[in-house]
Amino acid sequence: MLVKIESKNFDIKNSHKIDTAIANGRYKTLDKIFDLKPESIVDEVDKSGLRGKGGGGAPAGKKWKLMQGFEERQKYLIINADESEPGTFKDRQIMQYDPHLLIEGMIDTCYAIGATKAYIYIRGEYFFWYNRLNEAIDEAYEKGFLGNNIKKSNFCLDITVHRGAGAYICGEKSALLESLEGKRGHPRLKPHKKEPEWFFGEPALVNNVETISSVPFIVDKGYEAYRSYGTQKSPGTMLFGMSGHINNPGIYEVPYGVSMKEYIQKIGGGILNGKKLKAVIPGGSSCPILRGDEIDDITLDYESLKEHGSSLGTGGMIIMDENVFIPEITKNLLEFYHHESCGQCTPCREGVGWSDRLLYKILSGNATKKDIDTILDIADLMNGKTICVFAPAVSAVLVSHIKKFPDEFYSLVK
Amino acid sequence: MSGFCFNEENSKKFEKLKKRYPDIKSLTLPGLWLIQEQEGWISLEAMKYLAKKLDLSEADIYSVATFYTMFKLEPKGKYHICLCKTASCKLRGSQKILQKIEKKLGIKPGETTPDGKFSLEEVECLGACGNAPAMSLNDIYHENLTVDKIENILDGLE
Repeated sequence: MLVKIESKNFDIKNSHKIDTAIANGRYKTLDKIFDLKPESIVDEVDKSGLRGKGGGGAPAGKKWKLMQGFEERQKYLIINADESEPGTFKDRQIMQYDPHLLIEGMIDTCYAIGATKAYIYIRGEYFFWYNRLNEAIDEAYEKGFLGNNIKKSNFCLDITVHRGAGAYICGEKSALLESLEGKRGHPRLKPHKKEPEWFFGEPALVNNVETISSVPFIVDKGYEAYRSYGTQKSPGTMLFGMSGHINNPGIYEVPYGVSMKEYIQKIGGGILNGKKLKAVIPGGSSCPILRGDEIDDITLDYESLKEHGSSLGTGGMIIMDENVFIPEITKNLLEFYHHESCGQCTPCREGVGWSDRLLYKILSGNATKKDIDTILDIADLMNGKTICVFAPAVSAVLVSHIKKFPDEFYSLVK
Repeated sequence: MSGFCFNEENSKKFEKLKKRYPDIKSLTLPGLWLIQEQEGWISLEAMKYLAKKLDLSEADIYSVATFYTMFKLEPKGKYHICLCKTASCKLRGSQKILQKIEKKLGIKPGETTPDGKFSLEEVECLGACGNAPAMSLNDIYHENLTVDKIENILDGLE
């Protein structure tokens, strides 16, 4: 079940040092790309069906194509390493064990889209990984893989690591750009048709760490090799993760389309202390919760999770055993969202805090059924009425938790 | 006028960073980080200094500094503990770790010990869910915490 595409070098000692990385195949694509036309790399990635691995799952190739046609402009690649979704800890594995994979992917990508400046926006808490990336980038400059005339080509690229400072919302790509421009991380209004992102008015591509780390394999082996993994609509592999009540928490790479139950049982080693599985939050806390008895037919790909009323998100599963009382988890997550709402849109700023307070009231035994109705009303009022998807995600959390475990919520109210 | 200014090392870092961005405004966050590295926290005086350097209004800097939770707007302990409280850590017993720290140091989240040695903060997801429970101590992660482990860590600090 396990495969090693992105995680190929994770177990190798000193894999983060450039000489070890090169000895294990890193930067191999640099010998190839400068003889290729940039558009042909974009096409290859498009045909591979690579999907964004930061949570949205949008086709990467389509996004890259939006960068075409701005040839006179300064273009940017911006890597989203603001990994903050509860339950998600995959990008840090890449940055820790194979930072050169990310850098190689960035060089390939920048050449393909014509960007000569790139930034990695990393969450502020990841200080260790910030330093690790900087060390790796310094090594890459020394070897001549970054800077001017890379590998004697005409291509130049500079990468800068930019440290965030503890705002979850900056993982939203337009908020990330605002933050990179030195402002509060307030998401921007979305355009009415597809267009690139904009960094100080110039076209920018924003992609997740893991997405870009998948690029060297595609460039090296071709799109068909990538498509030989996974499913028709979700091709390739992903670093899925497990945390919570599981015997082997961690990050394990598998192709899309494997059975969720088998993944949890075989790779995760089953539920901690031999308990029963009560619930799974499939891909970071913002994905609707699933009951343990619902996961039998679920496979780990975008389509299957969607069919079952949830989403694949970042692939970071939070596993809960039979002793967990769901309203307590709901409250815990609402505290998270309450803290992290950026405050720009009224439905979110007011709604998240209001639901958090109502959950407190419910858990302290002073609530009535009407309070649960109010939460569901607030969820409705938050859904689809804000600039970004933060509030709709909170709305889905509230609704799914209450609908999937109604007895536990109603047992608390008069 | 207390007159904050970057020390020599940070001035150099700041000048170097300037060349990396198309617009100096991008240096707001890196600038605030440099201040915090130098002083341990970010004072209004330091914000005024940075505003001048970036040709932004003082309000611009203040609005950014107050938006991001990692910027400390008041002095904290020599050792600043950020204990994760979000779902995966909660499921793996972060509450017990919190109780242990509270008992050992005699402070609650948001407080600093009277000698200024320790301060404690409960934070949202650190992205260490696979190694829960986790905390960050002066920006260094400590993971797979147990009650014994936290005792040893705290005892080992000068």
